[in-house]
Amino acid sequence: MAREYRTIEEVTGPLMLVRGVENVKYDELGEIELADGQIRNCKVLEVEGSDALVQLFESSIGLNIEKSTVRFLGRGLELAVSRDMLGRVFDGMGRPNDGGLEIIPDAMRDVNGLPINPAARDYPNEFIQTGVSAIDGLNTLVRGQKLPIFSGAGLPHAQLAAQIARQAEVLDSEEQFAVVFAAIGITFEEADFFISDFRRTGAIDRAVMFINLADDPAIERISTPRMALTAAEYLAFDLDMHVLVLMTDITYYAEALREVSAARKEVPGRRGYPGYLYTDLASIYERAGRIKNKRGSITFVPILTMPDDDKTHPIPDLTGYITEGQVILSRDLYRRGIQPPIDVLPSLSRLKDKGIGVGKTRKDHADTMNQLFAAYSRGKDARDLQIILGEEALSEIDREYSKFSVAFEDQYVSQGFDTDRSIEETLNIGWELLSMLPANELKRVRQEYIDEFYIAEEETEVVAEEVIEKEAEADD
Amino acid sequence: MNKLSQGEVVKVSGPLVIAKGMRDADMFDVVEVSESRLIGEIIEMHGDEASIQVYEETAGLGPGEIVVSRGAPLSVELGPGLIGGIFDGIQRPLETLAEMEGDHITRGAFAHALDRDKEWEFTAKCKLGDRVTGGDIIGVIQETEILEHRIMVPPGKAGTIVEIQSGLFKVTDVVAVLETDRGAREEITLIQRWPVRIGRPYVEKMSPSAPLFTGQRPIDTFFPVAKGGTAAVPGPFGSGKTVIQHQLAKWAEADVVVYIGCGERGNEMTDVLMEFPELPDPKTGYSLMKRTILIANTSDMPVAAREASIYTGITIAEYFRDMGYSVSLMADSTSRWAEALREMSGRLEEMPGEEGYPAYLGSRLASFYERAGIVRCLSSDDEERVGVLTAIGAVSPPGGDLSDPVAQSTLRIVQVFWSLDSDLAYRRHFPAINWLTSYSLYQNKVDAWLDDNIDPEFSKLRVDAMTLLQEESELEEIVRLIGQDALSDTDRLKLESARSLREDFLHQNSFDEIDTYTSMNKQFKMLSLVMHFYYEAQKALERGVDFDRMMVLPIRDEIARFKYVPEQEVDRWYALRNEQLLSEMRELSD
Repeated sequence: MAREYRTIEEVTGPLMLVRGVENVKYDELGEIELADGQIRNCKVLEVEGSDALVQLFESSIGLNIEKSTVRFLGRGLELAVSRDMLGRVFDGMGRPNDGGLEIIPDAMRDVNGLPINPAARDYPNEFIQTGVSAIDGLNTLVRGQKLPIFSGAGLPHAQLAAQIARQAEVLDSEEQFAVVFAAIGITFEEADFFISDFRRTGAIDRAVMFINLADDPAIERISTPRMALTAAEYLAFDLDMHVLVLMTDITYYAEALREVSAARKEVPGRRGYPGYLYTDLASIYERAGRIKNKRGSITFVPILTMPDDDKTHPIPDLTGYITEGQVILSRDLYRRGIQPPIDVLPSLSRLKDKGIGVGKTRKDHADTMNQLFAAYSRGKDARDLQIILGEEALSEIDREYSKFSVAFEDQYVSQGFDTDRSIEETLNIGWELLSMLPANELKRVRQEYIDEFYIAEEETEVVAEEVIEKEAEADD
Repeated sequence: MNKLSQGEVVKVSGPLVIAKGMRDADMFDVVEVSESRLIGEIIEMHGDEASIQVYEETAGLGPGEIVVSRGAPLSVELGPGLIGGIFDGIQRPLETLAEMEGDHITRGAFAHALDRDKEWEFTAKCKLGDRVTGGDIIGVIQETEILEHRIMVPPGKAGTIVEIQSGLFKVTDVVAVLETDRGAREEITLIQRWPVRIGRPYVEKMSPSAPLFTGQRPIDTFFPVAKGGTAAVPGPFGSGKTVIQHQLAKWAEADVVVYIGCGERGNEMTDVLMEFPELPDPKTGYSLMKRTILIANTSDMPVAAREASIYTGITIAEYFRDMGYSVSLMADSTSRWAEALREMSGRLEEMPGEEGYPAYLGSRLASFYERAGIVRCLSSDDEERVGVLTAIGAVSPPGGDLSDPVAQSTLRIVQVFWSLDSDLAYRRHFPAINWLTSYSLYQNKVDAWLDDNIDPEFSKLRVDAMTLLQEESELEEIVRLIGQDALSDTDRLKLESARSLREDFLHQNSFDEIDTYTSMNKQFKMLSLVMHFYYEAQKALERGVDFDRMMVLPIRDEIARFKYVPEQEVDRWYALRNEQLLSEMRELSD
């Protein structure tokens, strides 16, 4: 039996100092027993001689320095993992939260995980069809990728994430698919949206959920993503499943980290966040991926709200440096009723080039994608100019680009949260839009593809109408 | 060997461990912490207490555990077997570790950097009785099809060869014995060790002048880097820093490439590991991996080893430079290295400078980049051996803001600056090197070389092209204010030509089989065609030819497709299109 200490010296915020300890290790897990028998968790942040600085995972309300005892458990924070986790809901510390029984563990896993040896990683290059044109066509997601959604307060990131979770699963029916969902500091309503959406579509049977709500202890949020990823690693690399990890909202996680750092009086980096924010976020994000000779994979879609829609804020900024791209939602598009309001120009999937083309999507995918980007970008510039100078000031060709960019937003990006487009459909819509422009403007596309896919003028309108009709049907 | 000091842990705080009883240890000695022998380095001494940065995860460490000094600073093993390898920040071979320990990196794992069992065919190049000093080549090993590994006398050693033989040897076998002037015997093996924080010696440094060709048009033509020079690529995320670094590692004209993935994504290293073996070197046709060494300390690996990785990389690069090779070193990203420095500095409770970075950030960066250069290698031979080490560092400034201390300190040191621009990246103009803000201080030297070796017209075309781009940005301001119609035909021609320059020359698709690499010959011809259209159209305008008719000439589409013409057809194609250009222009005038 581990020794019990009644030597708590001080409690400040989430930190606690215990004196006179022996044989306590860095990062060891501890339990605090309160006078009334309640148990709270904590971990060692620093040991110096016989003093241990301990971080509480839960609130310190009711903690009495004299009457509480501390036990150190000789191990780090662990999660009980098993196949039975599927369909269950846990709290942010990995305890069942749905009234069900405790999990009978197949194994206990340290939630911090271990870094993946870069030599053992397998490169993500399998296309995932999300059914969202702006992602599939232009910012393609591949298995094992980490692709965050950068959103702002009030934007429909939850709907988009739920749409991805719902539609991405059906791609390959032979493989086993699971969703791990972690709610970090979000409101009950937002968490409830996900849970009911998963119930509605039946996805809940293949989902594991970790829920830390806004009124749960902030400090618990530091463990929640690690719990979720530990579960995901078990499902992916022990049980050969393809796991999609959704996590919302990373901003609250970073704030919890800042809280601990401030309590420790550490030298702050930018905006008060600790200097190790990058390393810490990386230790979460980098757990996604594929491993050689393992069938499963972890695809990671974290969601974060950019404070004041500012992409240069440390959280989105550092995230962007670690993840393989980002999907950015735009308030401007949202106001104009574009759903999902994905701003495709600053969005990016770094792994798209490996996941598209012959045998994966279609041979013309890369060229079409580059052309759509270039044309949309030029069209947007033309529109900006048009606002200032009026339509007459534009050259003939710029006017066409301007029209193109409007049509692109209305038909390509805006598809609603319930339309599931196949990659063929997405590419065809792309060609219909490109066919609004003269063929010799399509400089990013090889001639052979123009010959094959470009729709000469008289056909254009008919086909476009057909698509719109088809979509109208789908929406019904 | 010195008496090894042994102490015990008193404090553990993340990667920082403080141990007492270390009075006998030296600063920067490597120590082994606890029974699991985690590797660390002494970075501060207070009395008999040593502050140690531990290169591995310290969870589970506690006071009272033993700390043993190895009595030597952090060093790397240099010898055959480096090429094609992937190592972590303290030179542990990751592939061997994966075989030993599985998919994840466990703590305290140890393997020699160089394979101890592999035998190499050593051919002696010296004979008994030869007098040799540090840097002299005593023999060679064909390490890969394209790289001859030259076995040198380690710096600081000298004597007369009393034993030497060719044959099959393991890296630790003695291949030669020297007798020093004092009569002592010095054994030379295939392996030598060198402390990473100290630059390897050379005779003298020379001024870089020849360009390092990279096959990337915006770089080679507009912002060239010289062999032995230094360059920095700062840019916000998503602007293509890593793609540029990969392109340079793939195509830069070097004998050996050292690629340091410092605190970056694991998948990027995997990309290199899986892609490079498949790609042929444009010069030799053999796989690129046969000349590449990877140092990988991905962002989830321990932070202290990240700090060491960049020194490990450059020491290996210097070793190959000393053999007389041209070595290119890419570090992606030095910002992550600086952050590791900041994190350790914070834990040491040092007084922070700007943005929490330690005050010595600038000097550390400078001393890293200064290890690049073109040097006369250490050797007693009469024939001069020249080695080249070119260093290219990526910088990831927060929010793309170049006032960041790491970016600023870097800009003060490097000679070439490729400024990546997120606006260009959004337009999918890659490489997103902004032509108005980037610069190269090697331009003049390189221009002279290009005029002499490629075409006498080269530098004139480049200057004209640059002027055109400059004028475009001014004209665009005007268009934004008063519209396109207000421009004269001459100005509209400038805009159109600048656009052609951007789209048909500067834009380069790294993922296209042909476009990914452009020889200097092709670069010149592409630029020449774009510019000659401009010159001819200017003349035609003067003759009164209609502007709009010129803009729809078939030759313009051909210019746009030049980038996809394979290298072997370039000369014929160029001659053909040049004629087409002239004849179409002539028809318009008639």
